[in-house]
Amino acid sequence: MATLARGLRVAAFALLTAFLVFPQRFAPLFAPLTEYGAPPIYDQGSLLGLALAQLGTVFLAAASSTIVAVTLAILVTRRSGAEFLPLSRTLVNVGQTFPPVAVLAVAVPLVGFGLKPTLIALFAYGLLPIFENTISGLQSCPQSVLEAADGMGMSPGQRLWSVELPLALPLILEGIRLSVVINVGTATLGSTVAAKGLGEVIIAGLLSNNTALILQGGLVTGLMAMLLYDSLAALERRLLRFAHVV
Amino acid sequence: MIEIESLTKQYGPTTVVDDVSMSIASGSITVIVGTSGSGKSTLLRMINKLIEPTRGRVRIEGRDIALTPAPLLRRKIGYVIQGYGLFPHRTVAENIATVPKLLGWEGARIRARVDELLKVFQLDPCEYAGKFPYQLSGGQQQRVGVARALAAEPAVLLMDEPFGALDPIIRCKAQDDLLEIQRRFGTTVVLVTHDMDEAFRLGERVAVMNQGRVLQYDRPTVLLTRPMDPFVSRLTGTADRSLRLLSLIKAGEAAEPGSAAEPGAALGPTVSADASLREVLCDLLWRGAASVSVLRPDGTAAGTLTVGGILARGKPG
Repeated sequence: MATLARGLRVAAFALLTAFLVFPQRFAPLFAPLTEYGAPPIYDQGSLLGLALAQLGTVFLAAASSTIVAVTLAILVTRRSGAEFLPLSRTLVNVGQTFPPVAVLAVAVPLVGFGLKPTLIALFAYGLLPIFENTISGLQSCPQSVLEAADGMGMSPGQRLWSVELPLALPLILEGIRLSVVINVGTATLGSTVAAKGLGEVIIAGLLSNNTALILQGGLVTGLMAMLLYDSLAALERRLLRFAHVV
Repeated sequence: MIEIESLTKQYGPTTVVDDVSMSIASGSITVIVGTSGSGKSTLLRMINKLIEPTRGRVRIEGRDIALTPAPLLRRKIGYVIQGYGLFPHRTVAENIATVPKLLGWEGARIRARVDELLKVFQLDPCEYAGKFPYQLSGGQQQRVGVARALAAEPAVLLMDEPFGALDPIIRCKAQDDLLEIQRRFGTTVVLVTHDMDEAFRLGERVAVMNQGRVLQYDRPTVLLTRPMDPFVSRLTGTADRSLRLLSLIKAGEAAEPGSAAEPGAALGPTVSADASLREVLCDLLWRGAASVSVLRPDGTAAGTLTVGGILARGKPG
């Protein structure tokens, strides 16, 4: 079973790379989906470049979501910050429930077109899983372990760094992975405000009624999200084994 | 010496610890015993500032603990809790090294100390140093918990129900180990328990707590023979108090000079001077014998015990 799954993953990765590097080779596959001789493969830019740009946007947004969500979760799980827990939960939830398209619409007049509004939308959308998972991770540290850490004479900072965060790490990483994967798909919306990404391909397809383009933009995005999910999970396992937390 | 002066802890209108004063001699084992909710754990936790008192103060070796920042104070006081609280992501050796690391000991000294402690607690360093807590049995986890508390050679060791989660046989062994280690390092031990047998077995002095107050603080024999409060006699148990009294006296202390056997004859049945009178009495009943010779650890005769002599010890006064 495990070998089969690994085989599938390798095949998916090979297929994705081949398509992004030599997209024209796949033209015959997509040709039946076009009409009136429209191009079966996106030809107004490099697919590889767009895919990498989209991944870059996602990672930048995930990095900022992680920093803000983890910091906020740490603050509201301290005794002095406990009263801010409900407020921050509400704020983070708004970030998740407010549709990214609406965020884009609000952000563009403020920061202009391009990468910036997309980053803002993805950042807000990705906060919730990281924030909630970090809180669960920190709150699930066994009480006896925390009491022992205090009783040994660890300062609050030492306790956080050497006991609480390592024990919460599995859940924090899971939250980051969820956030990244959700945002790989969401990032296509950025193309509506001129951020570089595979959304361009999908929008081009929609405008010219070209199913082939819509499909290839969607497929590449979907494959990237799946492969990313798997490789982040593998990275997590390795990291956790290294940190002795399992 | 730990001096506790009118220590009080209130949470809102509830008084959890009510004006407790007691002094604990250095190098002794003191047991605080009481039912749950009696305030015994709160009292213990005020000694290492895990809980701040509402009123009163604690002095260790004459120094008011309020003057020392809590983390610095706690690094000098060993602390063992019921669930042990071992760090699950750290090995046994890393767990034990916690306080020495906080104190900035150098690597070689920490390694030597960890090895020494593992040997003291009968855990082979080669086998156990690299294991994780989940790979240990309950008894082994408990020993690692105590080893970790003793790592930085604290003069004071606080223990909150340290044996509560162990089965009776392992608990007995752990109690023996504690007595042995306390003698070896001369640590001042303050132990909290709800188990009267444990209190009598370990405590040189026992404080009985109820509803936040220390009702009586004295040697176990005094608690048995002269309880100052009905609650104390209820807790010590009146049905078997004579046997409890006998279990507090060593055969060596009670032996009368002379030999049980005819002059020149063999010694006959013998018991060790370390055995308690309760054990000796059981032994005599089992054998149907009337007297027994007491042998010191070096094999010389310490004297004789008779059933009558033992029975005389099982009453107050």
